[in-house]
Amino acid sequence: MPSNKSVSDAPIVQFTNCRILRDHQLQREDLWVREGKILNPEKLFFDEKGSADVQLDCKDSIIAPGFIDVQINGGFGVDFSLATDDFKSGIDLVSQKILSHGVTSFCPTLVTSPSSVYHQVLPQISVRNGGTHGAGILGVHLEGPFISKEKKGAHPEHCLRTFEAGAFQDLLATYGSLDCVQIVTLAPEMRRSSEVIRELTKRGICVSLGHSVANLSQAEEAVQHGATFITHLFNAMLPFHHRDPGIVGLLTSDRIPAGRRVFYGMISDGIHTNPAALRIAHRAHPKGLVLVTDAIAGMGLAPGRHTLGQQVVEIDGLNTYIAGTKTLSGSVATMDTCVRHFQEAIGCSVETALEAASLHPAQLLGIEHKKGTLNYDSDADFLMLNDSLYVQATYIAGEEVWRQDVSGM
Amino acid sequence: MRLVILEDYDQASEWAAKYICNRIIQFKPSQGRYFTLGLPTGSTPLGCYKKLIEYHKNGDLSFKYVKTFNMDEYVGLPRNHPESYHSYMWNNFFKHIDIDPNNAHILDGNAPDLQAECDAFEKKIEEAGGIDLFVGGIGPDGHIAFNEPGSSLSSRTRLKTLAMDTILANAKYFDGDLSKVPTMALTVGVGTVMDAREVMILITGAHKAFALYKAIEEGVNHMWTVSAFQQHPRTIFVCDEDATLELRVKTVKYFKDFLT
Repeated sequence: MPSNKSVSDAPIVQFTNCRILRDHQLQREDLWVREGKILNPEKLFFDEKGSADVQLDCKDSIIAPGFIDVQINGGFGVDFSLATDDFKSGIDLVSQKILSHGVTSFCPTLVTSPSSVYHQVLPQISVRNGGTHGAGILGVHLEGPFISKEKKGAHPEHCLRTFEAGAFQDLLATYGSLDCVQIVTLAPEMRRSSEVIRELTKRGICVSLGHSVANLSQAEEAVQHGATFITHLFNAMLPFHHRDPGIVGLLTSDRIPAGRRVFYGMISDGIHTNPAALRIAHRAHPKGLVLVTDAIAGMGLAPGRHTLGQQVVEIDGLNTYIAGTKTLSGSVATMDTCVRHFQEAIGCSVETALEAASLHPAQLLGIEHKKGTLNYDSDADFLMLNDSLYVQATYIAGEEVWRQDVSGM
Repeated sequence: MRLVILEDYDQASEWAAKYICNRIIQFKPSQGRYFTLGLPTGSTPLGCYKKLIEYHKNGDLSFKYVKTFNMDEYVGLPRNHPESYHSYMWNNFFKHIDIDPNNAHILDGNAPDLQAECDAFEKKIEEAGGIDLFVGGIGPDGHIAFNEPGSSLSSRTRLKTLAMDTILANAKYFDGDLSKVPTMALTVGVGTVMDAREVMILITGAHKAFALYKAIEEGVNHMWTVSAFQQHPRTIFVCDEDATLELRVKTVKYFKDFLT
């Protein structure tokens, strides 16, 4: 049946025999796509008298919005904190490879580095749409160097900095440019952090609290000045204490400004967070949980030694440590592994697990009107998964950009 | 009149769906030779629609050469409101079948000139060659479509104010809030449905029993507009046992004997 082209000549694709994640539930509905966006079929039927040009049988797959990874330091041998000559091809490689993990948008993350690295690397990263070439880049996540010495984790101490002298100007001088920066992680107990947080927030940059020894009061103040995220909850911060819950207390704080939500990143690789702790966080504040990989260069590679910025790390199975120590440094879990781990550990519904990797990061970045959902007019970035949440195919802007090889390779 | 009595709602729905399906298949519709179907909304025909969708998905029934004309639509309700009849038809029928959107006609309750919209609808029916089979329901007050008690039995498609009975019956679809229920609708007239070559009325449930009694055992009366079909040459009433509760035993026995 020919579709009426009263609005557009572009072909209309109808994905049938599937269960789509919409309104927080898996529904047996078809997914309609035109010109890279999710289409409203009822409007098409009554307004345009249109119908599908192509119908694809999804063989009862789950269709979910593409995953969004807001903390990924590299992978497949590529380290985003290393200013190499072929940096651009490194980013391209990672963005292409993570399609098979279900990631359709990401924030390349730089750990604490010397100022020169930021000046060299940042101009080489640009915000761009995804496609067959790879996942879309939403902007850079700068994790450090304005973090606490006591909670530096795997970050190099000699590169840590403060902004007590010139506040925001110091920060700008360190990074060089904030043009394509989406998230900055800092320690809010540092002097003049409030000014810095306000200035970053004014520029539309998401401020995240992490690698910090802040108490709850300092964390709440930071949120009042604009901070909206917590970097890998539990890790690199003071542990929960019943008389001062620290940053962890933000999950149930009553001093969050009205209408705002604090989100928190969780690395659910089974190593960074004990499942019981994961469950406590989720039960306290389920709508704020954002799954991140915090993946490092070794992700996707064989066990052994790899670099992470200025450090050398050692991979052994899913564990990554600073070489010769027991300090965790990033992970090598893939995003889809994290989603499956999370669903198992929490015992939550498939919908909840999928939303933690798609809807919530989109809400964190204020882009849920076009990413992170399968709502009408959203970007058609989505995944086909089987019931065990293994990615079978990845689509960006309605185009298939990756498919599981049927031979299983 | 033919009165077909099935044991329960599911069986009545299936009988009706099979009847429609067979009518379409026997007609052998093709390019330029469409089967025209009049369609109802509400809770009664839901089971029938489900069955028709099943036959379509089995490959036994195609709506490619079928034209449909719905009976009515609320006035002033946004077309994408979940309770509009456009939404009802899309979700319960059109989205599951292969009908050409150009052939699915529903009155537009938001048209700038409502009477012109009604006149145009009548014209579309005429241009389609009239209706082969008009499927309808019956309200608790005996109305067909929104031809409320007191509607002319020779009426055509027009704007109607809804009776209180109807508004009360519809409240359940609007969170029980009477102020949210539309008070006006565009509807085909009794005369419009009478023009169809064949009419099938679905009536299920004890709450419709009195209306069925008034419609077929009493006289033709504009207070029970479905009674007009006593004067139609080919009408079938499909009902379940509960809907016959107010009929005479003699009537029920007479028609049941036909089925055995």
